[in-house]
Amino acid sequence: MVVISDIIVQGLQMLLVLLMAPLLTGFVRKIKARLLRRQGASMFQPYRDLLRLLRKEVVLADNASWLFRVTPYLTFAAIWVAAALVPTFATGLLFNWTADLIAIVALLGSARFFLALAGMDVGTSFGGIGSSREVMIAALAEPAMLLIVFCMALVAGSTQLSTVANFMASSYVGLRVSLGMAIIALIMVALAENARIPVDNPATHLELTMVHEAMVLEYSGRHLAMIEFGAFLKLLLYVSLIACVFLPWNIALFGTGPLAYAVGAGAYIVKLAVAGFLLALFETATAKMRVFRVPQFLGAALMLGLLGTLLLFVSRSF
Amino acid sequence: MMSAVALQMVGVAGLLGLSVLAIVLSRSKFGTAVIYSATMVVCLAALANALRWLLGGPADAAGLILPVGLPWLGAHFRMDALAAFFLVVVNLGGAAASLYGLGYGRHEHTPHRVLPFFPAFLAGMNLVVLADDAFSYLLCWEFMSLASWALVMAHHREAGNAKAGYIYLVMASFGTLALLLAFGLLAGPTGDYGFAAIRNTPHTPHVAALVLILMLLGAGSKAGLVPLHVWLPLAHPAAPSHVSALMSGVMTKVAIYGFIRVVFDLLGQPSWPISAVVLGIGGITAVMGILYAMMESDLKRLLAYSTIENVGIIFVSLGLALAFQANGQKLPAALAFTAALFHVLNHSFFKSLLFFGAGAVLTSTGERDMDKLGGLIHRMPLTSFVMLIGCVAISALPPFNGFVSEWLMFQAVLQSPELPQWALKIMVPAVGAMLALAAALAAACFVKVFGVTFLGRPRSPAAETAVEVDRISLAAMFILAALCLLAGILPGPVMDALSPVAVEILGSRLPVQAHMPWLSIVPMSESRGSYNGLLVMVFIAICASSAVYFIHRFASHALRRGPAWGCGFADSVPAAQYSGGSFAQPIRRVFGTLLFHARDHVDMPAPGDTRPARLRIELHDLVWEKLYQPISGAVGFSADRLNRLQFLTIRRYLSLVFATLVTLLLVLAIWS
Amino acid sequence: MQMHSLAFDVSHTLAGGLVLISFMMLYQDRLYSLLNVFALHALVLALSVAWQAYIQDAPHLYVTAVIALVFKALVIPVGLHRIVKQLGIHRDIESAVGIGMTMLAGMGLVALSMVLMLRVTADADPLAREDLAFALSVVLLGLLVMVTRRNAVSQVVGFMSLENGLVLAATGAKGMPLVVEISVAFSILIAFIVIGIFLFRIRERFDSVDVSALDDFRGERR
Repeated sequence: MVVISDIIVQGLQMLLVLLMAPLLTGFVRKIKARLLRRQGASMFQPYRDLLRLLRKEVVLADNASWLFRVTPYLTFAAIWVAAALVPTFATGLLFNWTADLIAIVALLGSARFFLALAGMDVGTSFGGIGSSREVMIAALAEPAMLLIVFCMALVAGSTQLSTVANFMASSYVGLRVSLGMAIIALIMVALAENARIPVDNPATHLELTMVHEAMVLEYSGRHLAMIEFGAFLKLLLYVSLIACVFLPWNIALFGTGPLAYAVGAGAYIVKLAVAGFLLALFETATAKMRVFRVPQFLGAALMLGLLGTLLLFVSRSF
Repeated sequence: MMSAVALQMVGVAGLLGLSVLAIVLSRSKFGTAVIYSATMVVCLAALANALRWLLGGPADAAGLILPVGLPWLGAHFRMDALAAFFLVVVNLGGAAASLYGLGYGRHEHTPHRVLPFFPAFLAGMNLVVLADDAFSYLLCWEFMSLASWALVMAHHREAGNAKAGYIYLVMASFGTLALLLAFGLLAGPTGDYGFAAIRNTPHTPHVAALVLILMLLGAGSKAGLVPLHVWLPLAHPAAPSHVSALMSGVMTKVAIYGFIRVVFDLLGQPSWPISAVVLGIGGITAVMGILYAMMESDLKRLLAYSTIENVGIIFVSLGLALAFQANGQKLPAALAFTAALFHVLNHSFFKSLLFFGAGAVLTSTGERDMDKLGGLIHRMPLTSFVMLIGCVAISALPPFNGFVSEWLMFQAVLQSPELPQWALKIMVPAVGAMLALAAALAAACFVKVFGVTFLGRPRSPAAETAVEVDRISLAAMFILAALCLLAGILPGPVMDALSPVAVEILGSRLPVQAHMPWLSIVPMSESRGSYNGLLVMVFIAICASSAVYFIHRFASHALRRGPAWGCGFADSVPAAQYSGGSFAQPIRRVFGTLLFHARDHVDMPAPGDTRPARLRIELHDLVWEKLYQPISGAVGFSADRLNRLQFLTIRRYLSLVFATLVTLLLVLAIWS
Repeated sequence: MQMHSLAFDVSHTLAGGLVLISFMMLYQDRLYSLLNVFALHALVLALSVAWQAYIQDAPHLYVTAVIALVFKALVIPVGLHRIVKQLGIHRDIESAVGIGMTMLAGMGLVALSMVLMLRVTADADPLAREDLAFALSVVLLGLLVMVTRRNAVSQVVGFMSLENGLVLAATGAKGMPLVVEISVAFSILIAFIVIGIFLFRIRERFDSVDVSALDDFRGERR
């Protein structure tokens, strides 16, 4: 019976991330619009977009291969699995130990690998430009991410997200400048990975300035819906990651019953809202940077991660 | 019942016999089929023997002394767990390459240049791993080098191959010299060249440090450590593809075996500065190797460069194992060591697979240059499918095997705060970041490989008319791809199989993985980190299929084919697609400006001028230009000078001899 | 990890923050933002010194904090802002070495100072020990800013941040007399004025504050 209830909770978590993801993006868009003194579309617009895309026909380029048609589902599944493995409202779920943070990052890497290939499939220059820039950004974001993981693992003694979250929530971790650096670096990496301003602009209409959108330019209809959904999920994943590691307040411990889960879910939604608001605020306040400024930006994240690790050694050496 | 080592030696004798037979048969019609299938059978038997040893539980190492070689020494051969593991790698690679050769070899124009050396090469690699004294080790090493050199020179008329063979020969001799000196130092004043005797002699720290440097030069030059890698991207691609696969996937591993044997086994307890050196060189090799690969557009050379990267990764992991072992931290040492061995196995799988794929592309298009390929996914669907698996696996992406070994390495890196030395504490995270950088760049590089070669539109008539390769070659590739997936989703049994090696070399092992729930792997403890490749794959499969189900149940099914969107322009020329060079441009700009002095020169004609615009990419291989060219220049210069010695008169020669004699006598007088 | 007192945590965070801001200076490529970051640097220094004053119960350190706040966080940045504006200095910072390389070098310097300080001061008070390690990093990073920038204004900023590192070391070491502190502050001020005048002069003569113009003037090869 215990196993069944565990599976139900795990299933709830998977459904929760699936349902919340478009809402988070819609919320960010709405806040951005309001900050620009525009009315903006409804917060639920992403759901409508997805439904509309599902009803549209798919226009496939003449020489698109099977890989092009498989990729949307693969990337969506990989990101969904990754998102379901990050603790949201509760830790210690049934399958949390399936993959640790390194594996979650690698799962996102798999998704990106296939997307980049799909960008190359049709053989247009936009796909190529998007893919080549995307892999360049990834090549710099991944080492930075590893150092962040390292920093966290040094504090919590684990790469297992549940353990990290429990450690951060329960014991008195103390004010650590390393953790501050790690969170800044993680936010920088998250901005780059999610193709947000200042690294990339998801809303631009000029193909040459896009990275992520240029890569998926050839997609349409249900395929595009899957890819968009994947992008929504990825944003949610990174926000959940930041929340569960650095703001683990009120996250429900494993097996504490429905009430604690409900509290955890409520706190989670509040955290999402705050993070979404801050993201929108930040995006309206900054401009997109040149593509070749991005390496410096991510290099800074890498340095922050390394610096955080070094400083942690200092405080651990006593 | 013969002992395992004797059985293995019978296999080697069989391979040598095949090599002789091949000289006779090579020009006959059935030569190729007979030799490759017989080699495959022998390799499979040897593989079964080695596997039985490795999996058969604890067994004492078995030795064998043949009355050949130095009269007072004989030739010692011995099979222990380390040797058994590397024999598995060698013979598995050998069997796969033979199977592939059955199909691929039919397109060989000069079989008499390949067939005799192929079994001999395999026999040489088997012998190196089995050798148990310095003399037979060096002899077998040289035999292996020469056999592979002959295979590199198989197509000696093709442009560049003669140069490749020459550089390989020079570097191989240099490596053997370093090994010779290393063993000389190890044997020490007693002069006992048996490994058993060397193992039991204590070595001073100075000797240990010198031996390490010599091993890095000797084994490192064969494995392809930067800056000794220059021969590798020339020689490996020059050989026929199945031999390239053997050289890249297996022979570099034999070099790594030599390094492990000497540094871990014979030298005894390591000291930590040694580990720092190995870590640093490994990290640099990994990053430089994959950056070289990123800049390359020749498919096989790119794969050879990526071999350098993987060797670097293995050395990083070995360095970690040394660091932990030097500080007596047994469990992390076993973790790092197991990760290294796991990666050895993985790399032999996917690198062989990728070289086979490159060979398939080469047979059906005649092109190695990626910028002349493209669109092969439509023409060669099965080859491109297995190549895709190889590319994903080598990019260290779950759920394939490359990820598991890298994950284990990262877990080992995360143990580094427990190290007492400050230098290591700071160095290991930095090297860990280099490892992550190399992994991410590898993913970028293999997006380029697959994207440019197999996707897009064909860039040449040859690519347009390509056909799928024969079934035997495909079978070899599919077997390797299946192994990549299997090792990725069931890593626990593999790690358990590696544990006898760790026990033998380090005296410690990881917890038994077979008892872990749900077949996940838990190297240290569950709270530290765990990974379950099987569940990850099952989850992805479930999620993807449910997504497909819902989409096909509820969404529109309409589908229309149309031309690709080109912003209003239909770019009709396939040559205008993103090529390998243009795909690498962002990374070239970020890393290459410093490391390769990369410059893009754009020659833009003035408006009204009908000349085409040209883009020229200028790249410098700084290792070659700054290290090797001065050396080769100095050698050439002194050779020129010494050349005059050939044209002296008798009297001068006599006076030279006389002067030498007097000098020696003087030296003797002063010295004693 | 037993050192979980609030006193330690806060000073750790502030000192570490100072190192972080030194890194931010390395990252900047606009003059104005460099000046803003420098003001932040001084602000964090002032906070750190004030915190030390509080936990060490040393009221004279409050004076140091106030000096840091008034002069370095307000007067000097504002002054430099005005100078830049008046002189119409080109607002991009031309760095002699790429930003990525500079940051990598900075990383190496921090690692160096950590290893060095922690080894040398093995038996000192943990707080002082850590402060010293951070202070040395800040000093070295300040020097790095001075070395890698061609522009005279950014060199001034590097110099000032270097001095911030010295102050951090001094307050951490418990027991620098106030007189010394004030005299250091004044010498900095004098240096600032002198440099300011120099800037005007350089600018007048060479139409630029790129210090390589000075080298050219001396007939040196760049």
